Amino acid sequence: MGSKSFKVGEKVYTRVGDAMPSFISNPNGTEGNTGQSSRVSNFGPHEQSIGFRGGGYNNSASLTSQTMHPDLQFSAYEKMLQGQNISQPNQVSNSDTSTEMDPDDKIQNFDIDPSNPYMASGSNDKQKEKFPEQKTQRRLAQNREAARKSRLRKKAYVQQLENSRLKLTQLEQEVQRARKQGVVISNTGDQSQPNSRNGSLAFVAEYSRWLEEQSKHTSELRAAVTSHKSDTELRSLVENATSHFNDIFRLKKIAAKADVFHIIYGMWTSPAERCFLWIGGFRSSELLKLLVTHLEPLTEQQLASIDHLQQTSLQAEEALSQGMDALQQSLAETLARDAPVVPPGSSGMANYMGQMAMAMGKLGSLENFLRQADHLREKTLQQMHTILTTRQSARALLAINDYFSRLRALSTLWFARPQE
Amino acid sequence: MDRVIDLASKKAAVIFTKSSCCMCHSIKTLFYELGASPAIHEVDHDADMEWALRRLGCNPAIPAVFIGGKYVGSARDVISLHVDGTLKQKLIEAKAIWF
Repeated sequence: MGSKSFKVGEKVYTRVGDAMPSFISNPNGTEGNTGQSSRVSNFGPHEQSIGFRGGGYNNSASLTSQTMHPDLQFSAYEKMLQGQNISQPNQVSNSDTSTEMDPDDKIQNFDIDPSNPYMASGSNDKQKEKFPEQKTQRRLAQNREAARKSRLRKKAYVQQLENSRLKLTQLEQEVQRARKQGVVISNTGDQSQPNSRNGSLAFVAEYSRWLEEQSKHTSELRAAVTSHKSDTELRSLVENATSHFNDIFRLKKIAAKADVFHIIYGMWTSPAERCFLWIGGFRSSELLKLLVTHLEPLTEQQLASIDHLQQTSLQAEEALSQGMDALQQSLAETLARDAPVVPPGSSGMANYMGQMAMAMGKLGSLENFLRQADHLREKTLQQMHTILTTRQSARALLAINDYFSRLRALSTLWFARPQE
Repeated sequence: MDRVIDLASKKAAVIFTKSSCCMCHSIKTLFYELGASPAIHEVDHDADMEWALRRLGCNPAIPAVFIGGKYVGSARDVISLHVDGTLKQKLIEAKAIWF
């Protein structure tokens, strides 16, 4: 929509903008015409003008209307035309419709030179013959203008929709990617559990923060171990790292109050970690088994103690697992009681409500199992540290962190793998 | 309250439970795994007993574990003591188990 220069008489007029020559340009803009900000609505004499070549414009009187109301602008133009005895108001709208890229556009039934829409073909006299009443002309022109504005609005709206659609696809892709990496993003359509959702979301954020801090502690520890720092220095680092590691149990406890299912079924862990899930986390007996190789050299006493600790942890894990099984069984029995058909009447409903109340109570104990499982984890690792030297403890912490990091990395790799 | 103390001292290992409590099931299992045969007293329908346990400081009231007549704790305490070996030690001392 650059400017075009035309010669009218001896004067050169420059047509600026894609707008209808400013007579009918709406300085206020219409809603939806978001892309039409560059309308020409002001023009000074001889500077920006409507220009169109037309035989018969002898008068170079410029249109000095400045931000007039479209109708006023038009009538000013009209008067000018009348004064000049020019019979080509049709050209005004013609040039404007011709600049539209809109395929809906129809060139009105004017005589136009197809190569130059701004030029009226033929002489002035010919035009005079075809000139209908001015009023009708004016109405037609106004209709055309309205139609044009409507097309522009539609265009802008469609553009907006397209942009939104693009943005939506981008966001959906991001969510997909994040979901694949194991980040829990709940369905926005599910509004039924706002509290648990908020709790879970809060925990997801806190967990990622914990992971970041965990990697900092790990780096510090690793640097200290490789640079053979003194035991005293190492001890404080180990204590800090242990304390931070235990923070996760505290966070899980709080999050479980909001949504025990999210924690206990490992929705917050990476998928590969979830393969090994036991009541909301890792099995400390398994972890001890894995660590032994990294802790060498161990004294006989240490080996025996670690082995014993592993057995102890396993016993407790077994006990808790049996309790969970009993819970599951009990819950199933509670809900399966009294046949599927609830008999009509108050007694039937009372039975049903009683059944539900009992089931609710059983579900409530899930939180306790999670608490005890995390307590077992914490206690087992604490006991391990009492068996090991400071340096061994440091290496144990590094090994534990490496192991879980690899599980997380595996998850990421798995979901990024090329799929046929 | 006397009844509780009385029952608790009758056997080396005594656990007060409720049939509806699945954590109690876990603690019982742990004792069986260790080779102990604790006396199990279900207090489902005995509000007085439950109240008495609370008065004794058992928190939560169920499960309440007594070894050698002394209150050892609830599930959490039992797990702690088990991991550091104290539980087994106490059971041996109370002659609930031999090794």
